[in-house]
Amino acid sequence: MSPRGGKGPIHPATPPLSEPSAWHDISLTVNDEQVSAQVESRLLLTDFLRHRLRLTGTHVGCEQGSCGACSVLLDGVVVRSCLTLAVQANGRDLRTVEGLAGPDDPLTTLQQAFHEQHGMQCGFCTPGFLMSLAGLAEDGGTPSSDEIDEHLTGNFCRCTGYVNIRKAARQAFGLPDPEEPSDG
Amino acid sequence: MKPAPFDYVAARSVEHAVELLAGDTEAKVIAGGQSLMPILNMRLGRPELVIDIGRLDVLNHVRISESGALLVGAAATQTQLLAHPGINRGWPLLATAVSNIGHPQIRNRGTICGSLAHNDPAAELPATAIALDATMHIQSSRGLRTIPAEQMFVGPFMTALAPDDLLIEAEFPLPPAGAGWSFREFATRPGDFATVGVAVQLIRRDGVVADTRIVLFGVGGSATRVHSAEEVLMGSSPSRVENQVRAQLEAELNPADDVHASAGLRQDLAEKLTIEAIAEAWERCA
Repeated sequence: MSPRGGKGPIHPATPPLSEPSAWHDISLTVNDEQVSAQVESRLLLTDFLRHRLRLTGTHVGCEQGSCGACSVLLDGVVVRSCLTLAVQANGRDLRTVEGLAGPDDPLTTLQQAFHEQHGMQCGFCTPGFLMSLAGLAEDGGTPSSDEIDEHLTGNFCRCTGYVNIRKAARQAFGLPDPEEPSDG
Repeated sequence: MKPAPFDYVAARSVEHAVELLAGDTEAKVIAGGQSLMPILNMRLGRPELVIDIGRLDVLNHVRISESGALLVGAAATQTQLLAHPGINRGWPLLATAVSNIGHPQIRNRGTICGSLAHNDPAAELPATAIALDATMHIQSSRGLRTIPAEQMFVGPFMTALAPDDLLIEAEFPLPPAGAGWSFREFATRPGDFATVGVAVQLIRRDGVVADTRIVLFGVGGSATRVHSAEEVLMGSSPSRVENQVRAQLEAELNPADDVHASAGLRQDLAEKLTIEAIAEAWERCA
């Protein structure tokens, strides 16, 4: 059932068709696995991932694009999965937080930095932060400190100071710790 | 919440999209969905049909025309516009306004034309389109028509688009040589909708203002061009008529109280940001 370490194409069960006219066949790549499914027009990409593929690492926060907990990479670009319909992902390449490192793989540089710096508060927003920064990494090169912060602001989720998250993000991109005074 | 049921069709062409729009059903167009999806999720809107134009290659462009204007197709995202190599040199006001929209995660899906067609009273793009004298290219089953940005935005979430109209392209003319510009907004946190903002384009000739457009947002139901303040500036230098400009803003603007800000705060912000923006645009004139 899970596109994480699964074998072959995945065809999640289709719930009963209550409104047959509004259903669509989609096929897409999720974390490098082929997925085919029938989805209702109104199904959000978030709910497709969580309820149909059981990929519950993508979190549902506000469902209006504010919090960023649902961030995923669509064709390598970070987007809000709560503001995207599942049917709009047809034919696309999708990566979720489960696609960063498999259960038996070493953590990615980004995940390792969050681990070492304790880059979390309650943790609900963490998958979104990871995917936003993974999207920034996809752009290539070393981002500036401001670019990192701009991406982080897209995931603010109302806890507190984000100090360790900023530290983790900078470590992941090889930039100096924002809280340490620099020499000179 | 989850959206109420609707049907979804990925348009095969612009003609297909406008044919669907001309049908009987209550339809809404989706491209990036960054304005429509929250409305559907909160069930503030319940269209019967959602027509997706986001995959139409023919609408997916940011390019400079032979006449030097910037053409932005309805499927082009805000990120695509910011990545265009000519944008910062030719249209710095537009680039700055767009970089103030939401967050990178939103701009990666959100489109220029989608924001224009949605016309949120707090949105950056309608005011910017008026300040830059942009043109809207609109397709329907009745044909193609063109209207200036100034006639596009008629009220909160209301535009000159008829129910069967599709905004297919926004055209931003190259600003006159040497034109100064400024874009300023106040938002509670970066990336939030602005409480109040202003877009200014200004042309200086022989030491005085020869032409200007001053357009505010967040002070009324839709982007508001303040003609009387522009007239006060004409033929003068901004520092000499600052009080008159302020008086015109006080006379013309009538912001309302809402949960985000009091009318008084909006008025104060409008005056402060506009005075600053005019001075900055004046300084930027070549």
